[in-house]
Formats: sequence, C-alpha cells, structure tokens
Amino acid sequence: METFDALLQGLSVAALPGNLIFALIGVLLGTAVGVLPGIGPALTVALLLPVTYKLDPAGSLIMFAGIYYGGMYGGSTTAILINTPGESASMATALEGYRMARAGRGAQALATAAIGSFVAGTIATLGLTFLAPWLVELAVQMGPEDYFALMCVAFVTVSATFGDSPVRGLTSLFVGLAIGLVGIDRLTGQPRLAFGMPELLDGIDVTTLAVGLFAIGEALYVASMRGHATEQVESVRGSLWMSLDDWARSWKAWIRGAFIGFPIGALPAGGAEIPTFLSYSIEKKLSRHPEEFGHGAIEGVAGPEAANNASAAGTLVPLLTLGLPTSATAAMMLAGFQQYGLNPGPLLFAEQPQLVWGLIASLYIANLMLLVLNLPLVGLWVRLLAIPQPWLYAGILVFATMGTIVAKASVTELALLTAFGLMGYVMRRFDYPIAPVVVGLILGPMAETQLRRAMAISLGDPMVLVTSPVSASLLTIAAIALLAPFAMSGLGRFKAAED
Amino acid sequence: MQIKSKPDGPGMLVAAGLLALAGIIFWDTTQLAQRTVYGLGPEAAPRVVAAGLALLAVANFVQALRGALPSRGTADRRPLLLIVGGMAALMAVLTFGGGYILATAILFTATATAFGRRAYAADFAIGLAVGVATYLLFAKLLTLSLPMGPLERLF
Repeated sequence: METFDALLQGLSVAALPGNLIFALIGVLLGTAVGVLPGIGPALTVALLLPVTYKLDPAGSLIMFAGIYYGGMYGGSTTAILINTPGESASMATALEGYRMARAGRGAQALATAAIGSFVAGTIATLGLTFLAPWLVELAVQMGPEDYFALMCVAFVTVSATFGDSPVRGLTSLFVGLAIGLVGIDRLTGQPRLAFGMPELLDGIDVTTLAVGLFAIGEALYVASMRGHATEQVESVRGSLWMSLDDWARSWKAWIRGAFIGFPIGALPAGGAEIPTFLSYSIEKKLSRHPEEFGHGAIEGVAGPEAANNASAAGTLVPLLTLGLPTSATAAMMLAGFQQYGLNPGPLLFAEQPQLVWGLIASLYIANLMLLVLNLPLVGLWVRLLAIPQPWLYAGILVFATMGTIVAKASVTELALLTAFGLMGYVMRRFDYPIAPVVVGLILGPMAETQLRRAMAISLGDPMVLVTSPVSASLLTIAAIALLAPFAMSGLGRFKAAED
Repeated sequence: MQIKSKPDGPGMLVAAGLLALAGIIFWDTTQLAQRTVYGLGPEAAPRVVAAGLALLAVANFVQALRGALPSRGTADRRPLLLIVGGMAALMAVLTFGGGYILATAILFTATATAFGRRAYAADFAIGLAVGVATYLLFAKLLTLSLPMGPLERLF
C-alpha cells in the first residue's frame, strides 16, 4: 500500500505540466537519436549533461529517462528498415524485422515492435515500482564491504561474463578503472596520475570520456571505414495495421520477452544483448511457424523488442536503489544525478521521495507517449535517415565539442576529448567493448572508497570481506562469473578440436 | 590451435601500450609520500589496477601473437587526419580568441570533408549557420557561456 501511495504521489509530480514537457522532449529526442545511426541514448545524455545543469533536477532526470526509453524504441525502427541496428540491443530485431520490411510487412514489424515495447516497458516499470522499495530496505542493511563486493559482481558481469571475449572486456574495464584513478585521492588529499597538471586534479570528467569514446570515436571509425557498406532504406508500404493473426502471434512473445528482459536487466549484469537473443531463440523454438524464421517471422521481432525494453527498465532497478549503473546509459544517468549532488540509493528514496517516485511515475507516462507518437510518426522518423552522412556526423561533432566547451572551456579538456576519441577509434577497430570503460570510470572510485571504508572500520583486517555473509556470497558469485567464460571457452575449444 | 594465423603487429602494439600504462600507474604510486597507518592507503588501488593491466597486456599479446584477434577491414587514414585536424584547428581558434562560431564552422567543414564532401564553401556556410544557431540557443536562451570572438560580439 505504501508503494501505491508513493507512486500516486510520484504521478502527481510527473503530471506537472513542466515535467510532462520534459518527458515529451526526452522521448522525442530519444527516438530521434535511436533512429539515427551513430548516436545512442548514452551519448545523448552525455551531451545534454553540461547544458542541463542549470535546469530543475527532477525535470532533467525525467528527460534523461525519456531519452533512454525513446532510444530503445527508435533503435528498432532503424533495425527494421535499414538492417543496421542503431545499438547492439536491436541486433536480434534486425534479423527478422528487416526481412519483414523487404517482404512489404515493415509496418507490421514496426507496429509489433512499438506495441511490444509498450507492453514490456509497462510490465517492467511495474516490476521496478514494486521491487525498488523492497531492495531499498535490503540496501540499508548493507555495509561498505557488501557494497564493494556488489560492485565487484557488476565489474565482472559488465566486462567478462557476457561479451564476445572476456580478455577484451576486462581490458576495457581496467582501462576505465585506470582513468578513474586520476585526480586527488579523497582520503589523503594526494594527487594520483595528475603529472603536475592542475586540470587533472579534479579527475577525468565522465562526460568527456563518454562523448570522446562514443561521438568522436564513432565518427573516426565510420569515416575510416566508409565505402565498406551500403545502406538502403526499405520503404513502409502496404497495410499499416496488424492482422488478427499478427496479434495472436505477437502477444505471447511480448509477455515472454518482458519476463526475460526485466530480470536480466535488473541483475547487475548489464547489456540488453543477452535477453534479446535469448528471447529470439526461445520464440524460434516455441513458434508454430518455425519455418518462417529467417524469412520474416513476426514473433522474432515481437519477443526481442519486448525483451530489449524490459531490460532497459530493469537496469534502472540497481541504478535507483543501489546507485549501481550496469549499462553505459545508466552510467550517464548516474552522472546526471551526481551533477545535482544527488546520490541514487536508499538515502535518496528517504530524502527525496518526490524526485524518485516522480521519475518512476514518469516512466509510465513516457512509455504511453512513445506508443502514441511512434505509430503515427514513423514516417517522420524514417525521414531522419535521409540526412546525408557527412552533415550528420559533422553535426554530431559540433554538439560533442560544444558540450565540452560549455562545461570546461580549456584546451586540456578538448585535447582529452580528442585523445578519448582516438582511443574509442582504436577500441572499435580492435573490437574492444566501450561500455566497460565508462562503467569502470564511474564505479571504480566508488568501489575503492567502499573498500577503504570497510578496511578502516575493521582496522585493516581484510577478513571483513569474507566474514560478512552478503559480501562473501557476492564475491563468490563474482569469482564464478569471472571464471565461467574462460572455463566454457576451454570446453568450446575442446569440442572444436574433437570435431 | 589448428589454424595457424600470422602474428598481428598492430594488436601487439596495443598490448605494449597496455603494459606501458601499467608501468606508468605503478611508477606514479611510488611518488606518493604519505601512507595511512591502518587500512588501505592511496597506493593500494592503483597497484591492483596496474597489476591487472600488466596481466591483461600479456593476455592481449598472446592473442595478437596467435593472430586470434577479430578480422578488421582496411582503414582509410585521410579522414582520420581530417577529423583530428579539425579538432586541433578548433582548439587553436579558441585559444587565439577566434570565437565559438568560427571554430565550429571549421570543425564542421573538416568533418564533412572527411565523410567525402567536396563542397567546401557550402559546408563552411552551413557550419557557420549551425554555429550561429547553437550559439543563440545556448548562450542567449540557456545563458551558458561560450567562448567569445569577433562574430559573437555581433549578437
């Protein structure tokens, strides 16, 4: 009942005209950047951080959440119509969606993606609403050693467990951790890795890193690989409505997708690729028309798209209740909270219930707005794809540098931005994942603080990490999650040798 | 490994870079003066990160040596130089007081050229327009400060 009261109170905040406008701007921007190749929700939030710090915190955060949800919607449009998924989470959607578009069923694919996103997004937001207060009560009882252990789990799962290569994922993570070390040590006031440069004493700004890696790195990579791929936009033609058969085949896939996506997103596991591909293979197995898979099966769009949106909502659970970001966008949203001096976690629920519940309530509204906007406006979104690539990327770079100039107008900061851009280029070229760097930078210093706090309380006894049952079990999970991919790849190699 | 691939030179270079980074971080911890009496000092976390990076450098090196890295197409260097050059020009213009709009127009033109456009004058004009529009929106409407130059003083 308390949750209902809190949610109702949140709705009264979210329904304020100003906040509704922020939510609308958020979902429109989010859908636009989701549709455009080259910019995702993480970059958009990063670009907006410097220009929003003077605005009302609740409104900006509602806008950021709208961008996150909108980006997930928009990504599916690109995946279906041009077969280049805007983000990796839409890869599974592209498999069947693009085939449907080529067969003249693009409208139905877009519709099942949009309605499925709404259904799953709503289920997952309900999950968030009822899970959050419960997790907050749990979180209050956690000591610093437990937080440290939880962050270790997040480090491992974000970088090693679910990626293509655990070595490359861990490398990205450690580069992020290294960048996080730069600046004055919070406990002793000594500068670390600052090399006598006063600009580095405050540490590396997470927005500079994210904008460099995502915007400039991506632009450099796409420019250097130009001419390798040609894109063609499939037009939406034929009937715009889903037939009864389409509905019958979609609805179960939506529900299943939601129940696959939400828990995986809510665990500190990060990434929407796992639930989307899991949903895709489950739908393929359960379908009464398995022969249609590979030729445009509607379940293959409905399931993964639902899972995608549900996992996006799921990542907000650890973010809001524990302050633990498990995706690049969640990391940027955490930076958004910090910009206003707010720290997500149990305390925020107690101190700023209006803000937290207003944000959660606004998610329902954002989801509804997306459903209403997406179906009729899809023609408009598709037209965004007609922006010539040179101008699109030139515009992205202009906004990327503007964000940095507004935040800190120094040559050092712009040089750092360029350096991170080159780093992002090298990482893309050698197939290192980007998100672990951002998560490492933002979580690394937090993990160090928690560990040192735990050790100070225990008077330097490291046994505190294993005598707390929560910490001990979390560290065990982290160890298993770290070793599992290596063990499994060993098995895989063994099998391959046998064949 | 059954498939014998050639060692990957650039991949080994990346591994060497990681090792160098580990070395720099470790060296930096030796420069810290004050240590805490009990608990973890400021040198503990950097040393763990340095050790991890060194280990990962070895793992990356082995993968590169085996040629086990994902295949990558040939990259064109000219656009890279154009974009990085555009960024450098932006910094130079801002440092010498040329202002935000001019700097933006140069970066816009350089990036558009990197993506294959050859209409320099037209792109520069568009860049100027984008610069003016963002300047008016952010500096005047959102009252954020952007670097001033001769063009900005006109508004």
